[in-house]
Amino acid sequence: MNTVFVTNFVYIISSVLFAFGLKFLGSPVTARRGNILSSIGMLLAVLATLFNGHIISFQWIAIGVIIGAALGALVAFKAAMTQMPEMIALLHGCGALASVFVDWTAYQVHGTVDLTNTITLYLSIVIGGLTVTGSGIAWGKLSEKIPGKPILFTGQKWFNVGLITAILVLGVLFILNPARHDLFLAILGLSLVFGVFIVIPIGGADMPVVISVLNSYSGIVACTTGFVIHNTLLIVVGSLVGANGMILSIIMCKAMNRSIGNVIFGAFGSVVKKAAGEKKEAKAISVEDAFLVLENAKSLVFIPGYGMAVAQAQHAVRELSELMEKNGCDVKFAIHPVAGRMPGHMNVLLAEANISYDKLLEMDAINPLMETVDVAIVIGANDVVNPASRHDKSSPIYGMPIINADKAKTVFVLKRSMATGFAGIENELFYYDNCRMIFGDAKQTIQALVAEFKSSQQH
Amino acid sequence: MDLISQLFILALSIFLGFALISRVPPLLHTPLMSEANAICGIIIVGALMAAGADANSPLTIFLGTAAVALATFNVVGGYLVTERMLKMFKKKG
Repeated sequence: MNTVFVTNFVYIISSVLFAFGLKFLGSPVTARRGNILSSIGMLLAVLATLFNGHIISFQWIAIGVIIGAALGALVAFKAAMTQMPEMIALLHGCGALASVFVDWTAYQVHGTVDLTNTITLYLSIVIGGLTVTGSGIAWGKLSEKIPGKPILFTGQKWFNVGLITAILVLGVLFILNPARHDLFLAILGLSLVFGVFIVIPIGGADMPVVISVLNSYSGIVACTTGFVIHNTLLIVVGSLVGANGMILSIIMCKAMNRSIGNVIFGAFGSVVKKAAGEKKEAKAISVEDAFLVLENAKSLVFIPGYGMAVAQAQHAVRELSELMEKNGCDVKFAIHPVAGRMPGHMNVLLAEANISYDKLLEMDAINPLMETVDVAIVIGANDVVNPASRHDKSSPIYGMPIINADKAKTVFVLKRSMATGFAGIENELFYYDNCRMIFGDAKQTIQALVAEFKSSQQH
Repeated sequence: MDLISQLFILALSIFLGFALISRVPPLLHTPLMSEANAICGIIIVGALMAAGADANSPLTIFLGTAAVALATFNVVGGYLVTERMLKMFKKKG
C-alpha cells in the first residue's frame, strides 16, 4: 500500500483523537479519558511519521527524544502547582522554538519553492520568533527571575514602531529575494528582539492575558509551519491550539473589562493614580473575634486571589472549610476569572488542596447568592472585589466585573497591610461598614482560626 | 496538497476549535492550556522529518535534533502535567 496514503490516514485518526481529547475536557469527569485519547493520537502520529519511509537516520532522533522526554517528565513531576503558569509559559516557548527550527531546516534544505511558501515561511518565523522570547520573558516574570513590574523607558513606543517597520521592510525584501539567507536571519533576529519588548511592559496582574495570547501564537506558529512543510496535521492542530488561546484571551479580557490591545500596548501599571479623597479608617478585627462570627455563620464564601498562592495558604483554607462544614456551615469558593496568574489557576490550587470541585463557583454563579451569605473571606484578592468598579467612573478598573463580596453580611479581608493591590488602586471595600480587616500573613491567620475552632471543640 | 484545500482545512479546524473549547468550563482552564501545549508538540512530526532526513549539514542536524528534543519536551511535559492536574479534581460526597 502507498505509504503516503497510510501516513495521512493515521494523521486523520490523530486529528479525531485530539478533537475528542478537547471535547472530553468539557467535564472533570471525562477529562482524564480525554487526555489519554489525545496522547494516543500523538503516539500514532509519531509512529506513522517514523515509519513513512522518508526517515533514513534514527540516531539524532533518538538523542532528541531521550533528552526531550527526560526533561519533560522531570519538569512535569517537579513543578509545584503554584508554578504552573511559568511551566505553561516555558512550554509555549519550547513549542514555538521547535516550530522555528523546523521552518529553518526546511528553508536550509529546500529553500522556498514558490511565493506562498515564502510568505508562510516569513509569517512563521516572525510569529515564532516573538513567541519564543515573549514566552521566555513571561516565564522570567512569573518565576520572579525578572521583576514582575512593567519595564518602561522613554521612546518605547517609537522603538517598537521602528522594530515593526524593520520587520515589515525586511519581509518585503525577503519575499522578493527568497534566496537571501542573511535576510532570513535578520528577520528571525528582529522577531526575537520584538518578543522581548512586547512582554516587558506588561505587569504581573495582566499575565493571564499574556499567557493566553502566547498560547494562541504557539498554535498559529504550528499552523504556519504546517503550510511551510505541507503538513495538514500541523494545520489542524495549530488551528485548534490557536482557537484555544484566542478564546481564553477573550475571556480574560472580558473579565478585566479591557481590550487585548489595551493589555498589550496600554501598560496598565505605569500610571499609578493616587486616589484622592478623605482618609477613612478601615476597621480591624482580632482572630478571636473573627472566630466568634464564623462560629455562628451558616454560610461562608472564600474569595481567593494570587495572594493565597503566595502565602501557600490553600491547605489551611481547606482545613478551616472542613471545620466550618462540621459546624453546620455551607462553604463555597468564589473564583474570579483573572484570579491568579493564568486562567483557572485558583481552581488547580484548590483542587490540589483536596477541595471538592463542586464547591468552586464561577463569578456569575456566586454573585446572585452573595446577599444571602453570612461571611465572605477575601484571601489574597484585592482588585477583583473592589466595588469601585461598579460606580466610580474615575477608577481605572471601572466596569470590570467583580465578585460582590461587599453584599455579604460580613466581609473579612485577610491582608498583610493596607498597601494597595497590583494596579495601585485604593479598595473602597475596606472602608465599608460590614468589612473587617484581619492583618497578618494569610496562612498564619487561617491557621489561628483553625486552632480556635479546635480548642472550642475540646471544651 | 494544494493551497486552497489547506486553507479549507484551516477554516474548518478553527471553527472546530472554537466549538470544542468554548464548552470547556473555567474550572479546567489550566489543564486545558497544558493540554493545548501537549498537542502543540505535534510539531514533532515536522521535527522528526527534519532530524531524520539524509544529506544533512551540521546546521540542519543541530536544528533537527533540537527541534525533536523541544517538541518531545512539550509532548511529554504537557501530557504528564495535564494528567497530574486532572487527577486532583475530585468530587467528594
